[in-house]
Amino acid sequence: MSEYLIKNGHVFDPVQGIKGDKKDIAIKDGKIVDKVGSGAKVIDASGKTVMAGAVEIHAHIAGPKVNLGRIYRPEDKLFSCTPTKGLERMGAGASIPTTFKTGYEYAKMGYTTAMEAAMPPLFSRHVHEEIRDTPIIDEGAFPVFGNNWFVLEYLKNQEIENAAAYIAWLLRVTKGYAVKVVNPGGTEAWAWGLNCLSVNDPVPYFDITPAEIVKGLIEANEYLGLPHSVHIHPNNLGNPGCYETTLDTMKLAEGYKAKNKFGREQVLHLTHTQFHSYKGTSWADFESGAKEVTDYINKNKNLTIDTGNVTLDETTTMTADGPFEHHLTGLNHLKWANVDVELETAAGVVPYIYSPNISVCAIQWAIGLEIPLMMKDPMRCYITTDHPNAGPFTRYPRVFKWLMSKKARDAQVNAFKHKDKVLSQTSIGELDREISLYELAQMTRAGPAKSLGLSAICGGLKPGMDADVAVYNFNPDKPVANPDDIETAFSRCAAVFKSGVQVVSNGEIVATGHKRTLWVNAKVKENEQVARDITEKFVKYYSMTQANYEALGHHFVPNPYALEVDATQV
Amino acid sequence: METVTITMKNPPALYLEADNISPDAFAGKTAAQIAELSVHEGNTTSALSKYFDVSGGAGATAADTKIVVKGDVKKVKYLGFKMSAGELVIEGSTDLYVGAWMTGGRITAKGNVEAFAATAMKGGELIIEGNAGNYLGAAYRGDWRGMSGGKILVKGNAGSDIGMYMTGGEIVVNGNVDVHAMTHAEGGKLIVRGNAKSKLGGQMVAGDIYVFGSIEVMMPGFKPAGEVALEVDGTRAMFAHFTGDMGERHKKKKGEVVYGNLYRKI
Repeated sequence: MSEYLIKNGHVFDPVQGIKGDKKDIAIKDGKIVDKVGSGAKVIDASGKTVMAGAVEIHAHIAGPKVNLGRIYRPEDKLFSCTPTKGLERMGAGASIPTTFKTGYEYAKMGYTTAMEAAMPPLFSRHVHEEIRDTPIIDEGAFPVFGNNWFVLEYLKNQEIENAAAYIAWLLRVTKGYAVKVVNPGGTEAWAWGLNCLSVNDPVPYFDITPAEIVKGLIEANEYLGLPHSVHIHPNNLGNPGCYETTLDTMKLAEGYKAKNKFGREQVLHLTHTQFHSYKGTSWADFESGAKEVTDYINKNKNLTIDTGNVTLDETTTMTADGPFEHHLTGLNHLKWANVDVELETAAGVVPYIYSPNISVCAIQWAIGLEIPLMMKDPMRCYITTDHPNAGPFTRYPRVFKWLMSKKARDAQVNAFKHKDKVLSQTSIGELDREISLYELAQMTRAGPAKSLGLSAICGGLKPGMDADVAVYNFNPDKPVANPDDIETAFSRCAAVFKSGVQVVSNGEIVATGHKRTLWVNAKVKENEQVARDITEKFVKYYSMTQANYEALGHHFVPNPYALEVDATQV
Repeated sequence: METVTITMKNPPALYLEADNISPDAFAGKTAAQIAELSVHEGNTTSALSKYFDVSGGAGATAADTKIVVKGDVKKVKYLGFKMSAGELVIEGSTDLYVGAWMTGGRITAKGNVEAFAATAMKGGELIIEGNAGNYLGAAYRGDWRGMSGGKILVKGNAGSDIGMYMTGGEIVVNGNVDVHAMTHAEGGKLIVRGNAKSKLGGQMVAGDIYVFGSIEVMMPGFKPAGEVALEVDGTRAMFAHFTGDMGERHKKKKGEVVYGNLYRKI
């Protein structure tokens, strides 16, 4: 493999505490090293910003519901096609890009790792086929557990060991990365025409509450010592007043400590926090609950969050929170699609337009920015758009602009039709904080990597780590003349390296790398009961046989990277 | 106003996608520059001059530019695509997407046009002297935003699914229309001087349909609401009034439910 020396860039690396010093980054055999030989290819980064490759902790970029969105929204591709160009295959889609476009767009912005946030286990093979076809970036996928019959039954009886054995089995057969929970109990309740809007609403038939599901999954997750914590989309998403459910959900993590060998400190990751930080009793008195939610998170160190920033675009919402999507189509009357996934989960899809002329959308925009601006520790708060739910991931540079420039935020506030309402219902006008490049590196690199248990591999530039490096045309020594320059600089990298291979040069794809599928191989003691339960459920309920369930082999996972966990001695 | 005349000299073997033939793309260009604009035949991109002779010259702006298209353009798509001003005259018949996404100006097609003419049209005028195909003034595939403004006149007949998801503007068809007119409409006006077939106004939320001739099969979701005297498109007559589609959601305005209206001349 070639050697590279990225010279004289302003390096921002929270892993080593480097805050913009001029430093050289050396790359050899796919890793960051102390030094390279004189024959190394030199990349001149003087006057530029150098960071580790960014880590996406939560996006919907592969699998059946993403593809359902692609299929039923031909209009999303209408004026967003990119023809074949050099190494790039053709792509299309604005809010739900094709797999190839997804890989190219992430790479061009300096992202080298991404997590698919909701994998229906039954369709893991489809998820992995799409991951395989998404070039360049390393990807993992979170199977959903919060409405799974096995989980509901084991946790109802407080059988943590059995739940853990089942989780280990499911992660192995689906090549999954972490325990995702979406509207715990609520999606299953919806199959009975109901929902769970608080942590104490019982799930019909199973007679278990969301609180019991979440606590049980945290215990099973820490029993196994998985790299990532339980990753939760709580009950009652997107409703005025939902911040109370969010606080109740976070309180369930009280008293639990992270137990793992990966350096992860949290026991619960709260995703797309913006959608869960609403006060008010209706859309008429809708207001921000960002302060209440972030106050709690600032005090409780065993939590991490991501933001879910609204980008004010036309987009496509999609979630395993089936009842929420049904509720949403009733609000905006746009087309709705739903898939039920047998014993496991469901998913709904509805297009949505976040219009700057609608006060609710403008307030949502403000809440998404309030959260990171109110978070004291950037290592525990990560930037996402919950792609494509609050906006497409391709808008990250614009979100960075809003976070890094009060002037840019004020310009947007002034452009809103209901400016006064935004200022009265949120505190966005009073927040003067501007996120620094170092904090941005914490929120997009070191932080998410640590939360995912990947801090030994990515998210930093320490010798020994994977050589994932992004070089931006952004000079931190010069004052920002126009906030739009931030957006331009972070949209297209000067150079990007993925595992030591230069994949982007001057904003163009120059190699497609050797993307890996990240998954977690958790070993547990032999558990005959769980093995018998799995066999029985396949025979009695599943529409496919157990032999056809596993995502196995080169076709699905051509380049696997397993994080090994041994829970046999617990 | 300056006039550019383009004449088909070498008809394509496949269909030609000519999204550059509009006053907006031609404005400010000489005949030689216009001849260099790109068109696509299958996966091959070529200069306009491969297929057309170009004469005359464009005005400084789209509004000052008139385009006359001569010769056999039956296999040419997207004439007047996204046009915002000026004039386009098509002397014969043409293929799909005439005036699609147009926002202003006037297009006159002297022959027939194929499907998807005036897709998601926002403004301007489209006059079709022959027949129109299916999906006239409708939304793009999958989209819920059909024609929202402007005016379409069809002197002959129109096909099926016209005005689908229409939200505004006006379509007048002097002849007959095929099935599924104004499906899902949330506004706008359709006048059919001839006869209509079935599924007229199906799932219509709001908007108005006027039929001068017969309606082969009425939608069951429309309810009789008496008779009214109206002047429609210059004709005074009595009309039977129906409201619907009762199977669809409807907005309220000042406490009153707003329905779609269907009027049939008595």
